[in-house]
This record gives sequence, structure tokens and C-alpha cells, in this order.
Amino acid sequence: MQFRKKDLLGIKQLEPDEIELILETAETFKEISTRPIKKVPTLRGRTVVHLFYEPSTRTRTSFEIAAKRLSADTFNISASTSSIVKGETLLDTARNLEAMNPDVIVLRHSAAGAPHLLARHVQASVINAGDGMHEHPTQALLDLLTIRDKKGTVSGQTVAIIGDIAHSRVARSNIWALNKMGARVLVAGPATMMPHYLDRLGVETFYNPEDVIPEADVIMMLRIQLERQGQMLLPSLREYSRVFGLDEKKLAKAKADVLIMHPGPINRGVEISPSVADGPYSVILDQVNNGVAVRMALLYLLKVGEKDE
Amino acid sequence: MASPCAWLCSTCSKWVKKMSKLIRGGRVIDPASGLDDLHDILIDGDRIRAIGPPGSLEEKSDTSFEVIEANDLWVVPGLIDLHTHLREPGEEYKETVLTGSQAAAAGGFTAVCCMPNTKPVNDNSAVTDLILRRAAEADLVRVFPVGAVSQGQKGEMLAEYAELKEAGVVAVSDDGQAVMNSQLMRRALEYAQVFDLPVISHAEDRDLAGDGVMHEGVVSTRLGLREIPGAAEDIMVFRDCSLASLTGGRLHIAHVSSGGAVELVRIFKARGVRVTAEATPHHFTLTDETLENFDTNLKVNPPIRSASDLAAIQQGLADGTIDAIATDHAPHSTIEKDVEFDYAAFGMIGLETALPLTLRLVDQGILSPLEAIAKLTSNPARIIGIDLGRLAPGLPADVTIIDPKREFTVDVNQFRSKSRNSPFHGWDLRGKAVMVLRDGIVIFAD
Repeated sequence: MQFRKKDLLGIKQLEPDEIELILETAETFKEISTRPIKKVPTLRGRTVVHLFYEPSTRTRTSFEIAAKRLSADTFNISASTSSIVKGETLLDTARNLEAMNPDVIVLRHSAAGAPHLLARHVQASVINAGDGMHEHPTQALLDLLTIRDKKGTVSGQTVAIIGDIAHSRVARSNIWALNKMGARVLVAGPATMMPHYLDRLGVETFYNPEDVIPEADVIMMLRIQLERQGQMLLPSLREYSRVFGLDEKKLAKAKADVLIMHPGPINRGVEISPSVADGPYSVILDQVNNGVAVRMALLYLLKVGEKDE
Repeated sequence: MASPCAWLCSTCSKWVKKMSKLIRGGRVIDPASGLDDLHDILIDGDRIRAIGPPGSLEEKSDTSFEVIEANDLWVVPGLIDLHTHLREPGEEYKETVLTGSQAAAAGGFTAVCCMPNTKPVNDNSAVTDLILRRAAEADLVRVFPVGAVSQGQKGEMLAEYAELKEAGVVAVSDDGQAVMNSQLMRRALEYAQVFDLPVISHAEDRDLAGDGVMHEGVVSTRLGLREIPGAAEDIMVFRDCSLASLTGGRLHIAHVSSGGAVELVRIFKARGVRVTAEATPHHFTLTDETLENFDTNLKVNPPIRSASDLAAIQQGLADGTIDAIATDHAPHSTIEKDVEFDYAAFGMIGLETALPLTLRLVDQGILSPLEAIAKLTSNPARIIGIDLGRLAPGLPADVTIIDPKREFTVDVNQFRSKSRNSPFHGWDLRGKAVMVLRDGIVIFAD
């Protein structure tokens, strides 16, 4: 099977067998990162531009390491150090980049749909590295890979996503991804952070985390953005942490083989207590490790796959 | 307009075709009189002289007349748009009174009401005068300016309605900037009665709408776009209807988008409150499902809502709760629209697609031809209190001739409007204005 899409804009548009292909390919790339010399010539001569309109450490580093391990040339453009601060529009930036013939543009942007706009205007493959509250497809893929590694399969697992669902692109991409791969998805969080009609996306909704923790094979904690305090969404971080944060006490009711995941960066002591984040159930650093493999797989499938046609 | 068979009217300084015109063999649809039958219309100069059964008018003309054959065509009063943004003064790169008038004429309109959110705001006679002067220079459609409810549309102090009325405004509205202060809205509804002006409400609770960009529903949940709940409109429609009830003022609800608003207007009308309402073609044609591709031309305020809201609006049009169809023609350039959805300006253009989209409602059996035409002619005229929008001897000869069967593919590059922000590009539509007369002058022919 070949991957036939020009871009990776979201999980929503992917078929289950395409997700399977990405995960299988990622498995084969994992080994490269364990070698003393972590580099293969697969994408030599290819150019990957990382265009980041939002701050990011983990995702950008992960993409960059993935591209470099495949021998691609990589370039970083961030909003704070580029012509973007001079008022250039996304499309003008894109047209200028396009004139330099990049093969892949990895875009992180605070506005939902920005990668879709970009993809309509450039020949290069566009990878969505997070667009507003919409999607973060590579995060969902690395989460699937992590669950598969630890549990053998995604299908049939019960996954609880807890926290600020409304503002989370990680939650949205994971809801699509987990549904497509046959998992059961439960979400819990304060009603102010729970979008309407989630049930129509194929998930079961709850408010209290304690209603979902005992049933979960996997618990995904979401990051709470600290500035939400000023937006009438919650009275205080203290109350949020007490009711919706994951600590040892709540974890005591979980299954014995539960996995604790978090997309990072974590707010220690807010949505997750330090002892849980660093504890035996946590696979947070495995997620980060899998992120490189998933992104290598995507670059490979988007750019090498196309040669075969 | 000067030609050998025209003369310069000594009182209005306009060129007027001297020759009479006979519109022959058409299906005349005149909602005000209830006429829907094959009739001829005789036009003398700038006025309608007579309307009668086919073949009955030839002998009435004392001069030679030009015959306009209207077999298989509809002959209706010139269409009137209650809700247009002409962008002049201030944003002439998007639209001008001239280009907006050209777009209106091409869409079958002979009159438009232009909203006051220009730069500067139309809250004084100088701006009103400028718009009317530009309209006279264009000499195409009639332009009826709408003045601001509050000075600078800031929602703080009433604008000078006496001065605005004398200058020629037909209504007041803070369109685009909902009046959040209930006391100010109350005073506007009271004070406007002195000058017999309707107050047009852009009904939106701005706190509740926040920085939302689309309707709150399952699609916004899927797309992760910030949402504007239907309740933001319902709350303000209820408030404004309550204030109209309290004050006896004349209230018109602009661009109804939510099912709740339709229901509220229905309730308050039944109570005898003086409230009227309009709906736009995009709100009675599209649902939020269309936003899946992040097309910024679909970003409008109020937003395109759910299928159930759409059904409620169509029902409201059918049962008369919604009196008028208005375009909310809102031109924007690529500068405002070729950007990320969050950053794009609200609004789409509509003058050149409103008629065929309205006729779709006829095809779907939601409106009769008479009802559909009423919502584009006699009802808007009644709402702003002008004696137009009907066909009767002695009235100005504002007539639109429609080919209801003409099929065409919408091509924004063919639009007369200066802007291209229409989501209907590429749509196959049926029904088009083929000739438009204002004061007996042909202002558009296709």
C-alpha cells in the first residue's frame, strides 16, 4: 500500500488503513534512533521547512530530529524572528517559501484551518503540526503508537481524555484517531471546557474524572492553559487541580495496568501531580520518543512514496 | 443616458426617455395588488401609465412606443434591498456607490438601502449627502441611506435623527455593532418615532458572541473554531421586541439567522408589536456544514447556522414571520479574505445572487412566486415607508423583467461588484434579471 495524500492536514481525513500504514512505517524507523550513527540517506537533497507561528519546543525539535535523521535539509522559521512580525501574511510567506522549492512545509499556527489554506497554495507537502484548537495529527499518531507498543493493540482499549477538551487540538485529533482504530473514548472535564455535541463525534462525555478513571485502560491528561483563569472558564487553578487534576488518590481507583499519557508540556501540580507524572504508570517520555519515529514515517511516506507513482 | 429620444427633465435635471415603452406578453407579478397574470405594462417617460390585459394598451399610447417583448418572462416591481454595504465613503477599494449600484442593477434591484458603517460613519448629513450625490452621479439604482442609531456607532449617544431624516435616511441602524446598552436602544426606539424612522436591529449579544467566528454546533466542535451561539441572537431579539412593545417603536430585525429569533418574532408579531424581519439568501440556503473547508467567504455575522435553523428560517419566510429577503451584501477584498479563517473579515456579497437563490425557494415549493416577489419588493418598501415596490399607474416605472428559466453558472469574475467574496462561485442557478428599468430608463439588460 502507498500513502497517496499530498499533505497531512488532520486525522479526520485519514482512513484506518492509512493510519495503520503510518504506524507500521514508524515501527520500522524506531531502530534508526537507537543506532550510534542515527542517520539514513532516505531524504538526502530534500528540503523541509518548519514554519512555526506559535512557540514550541517539543514538537519542533521532534520534527527537526526526524528530518535530520533522514538526511533532509531543514530550516526553521518562527514568528518572532521573521518577516511575519513585519506584517507579512501567511500566503505571502508561503509564496516566498514556495519560490525556493521546499519539499515539505511543517506548519504550526494558532488559527484553525491555516494548514488547509497553505496547502491550497503551495506545491510542497504540508504537515499540520497543530492548528489552533482544530487538530494536531502527529500527536495523535504518536499516541496511537505508544498505546500499541504498550498494549499490543488500540482496538478495544478504553481511553479517557481528561481536562480542557474544548480548547484542545490534541483531544480532537485523538478522538478521531481512537475512534477510527476501534477504541472506546470517554472524556471528562469541567462543563465550561466541554464543547457541545461531543457525543455526535462518537465519545461518551462526563464531568467528573472519577467517573471515567476506573474504566480506563489509558488516561490522557490534557494541559490546562494557565490564562484560561481570566476567561470565566474556571474559578481558580486550585479548584481545577483539586477536582480535575490527576493525583495519587484518584489514580488509586484506576486499573492496575493503566497507562498515563500527557502531550506536554505539563503543568506539574495543576492537571497532573509530580508523583503521577514521574510514576510507574506514566509513559509520557515514551510518547516523546515515538514522536520522532512517527514524524520520520510521515516524511518518508509523503516524499518517498510519491516517487513510486 | 442622453439620446435623440430623451429630454432633460427641467425639475429633476435627469435625462428621461421620451419614448413610451410597452412591456408586452409577460407574466406580471405585483404582490401589492395581488396580480399574477399575463398583462401588458405601458410606460410613459418615467412613470407607469397603464397596466392591462394583453393587447389592451396599444391604443392608449399617444406617442410611438418601443415594444419590449416579455413572453415567458416575469415582469415584477423593481427589487428593493433593505441591507447593502456600499463601503463609500472610506473603503472604496472594496466597493463604491457606483460599483455597488451596478451590481444591484445586474441583480435585478432598482433600490438599495445602504448601511451606515462607512468610514466615517453615516451619523450626519454630510455623509448622507455624499452618498446621495454619488448615487445621483451613478444614476442607476435608487440609494436610500440608513443612518446610525448612535453617534459614531459607538453605542453611547443618539445620533441626530432630525438632521439625518432631512438629509434623506429611511431608517437608523448600528448594523455590525449591536447596541448593547438597553437604555440607549429604548431611547432610539422612542426618538425615532418622532421622525417615523424604523430602527433596524443587528441583534447580537456581543459578550456572548465574544470573539467567535462561526455558529456554535457540532461543526464548530469538529473544527475547533470559536463559536457564536444562537442564543446571542435570541437574547437580543427578545430584548428589542420587548423594547418595541414598551415604546411602541417600529423595530426591524436584520438578517435573522437563528430558529429562536424566528420564533420570537412570530410571538411578538402575534402580540401586535410593530416588528418586522428580514432573512438573507445565505441564511436560507446554506448550513454550517459548508464551513468544513474553512472557506472564509462563508464567514459572516450572524453566522451561517445549523440545518434546524435553516428550516426555521424557511418556515418563517413561508408563514410570513419573515417579511423581507435582504442581501447583507458585504464586499471585502482579498486583503480581508485571503487569510486564516480566524483573521478574515465577516461578510459576503449577495446582490448578484439574491434573486436566483430566492427563486430556489419557489422551486422547492416554500414560497409562491407572489410571496417570493413580495419579500423583495412591496414588503421592503413598506418597512422603510416608501411608495415603491409595486406596479400601478402614476408610480415611477421601476420594473424588473426576470427570465425564471435562465440557467447560469455563478462566476464571481463576471460580477459588477468590485469584490469577489461569494461562496456561490461555481453554483448552477436558475432565474435571472434580464432587463431592469428605473424611472423608465433601462439600467441593466442582459
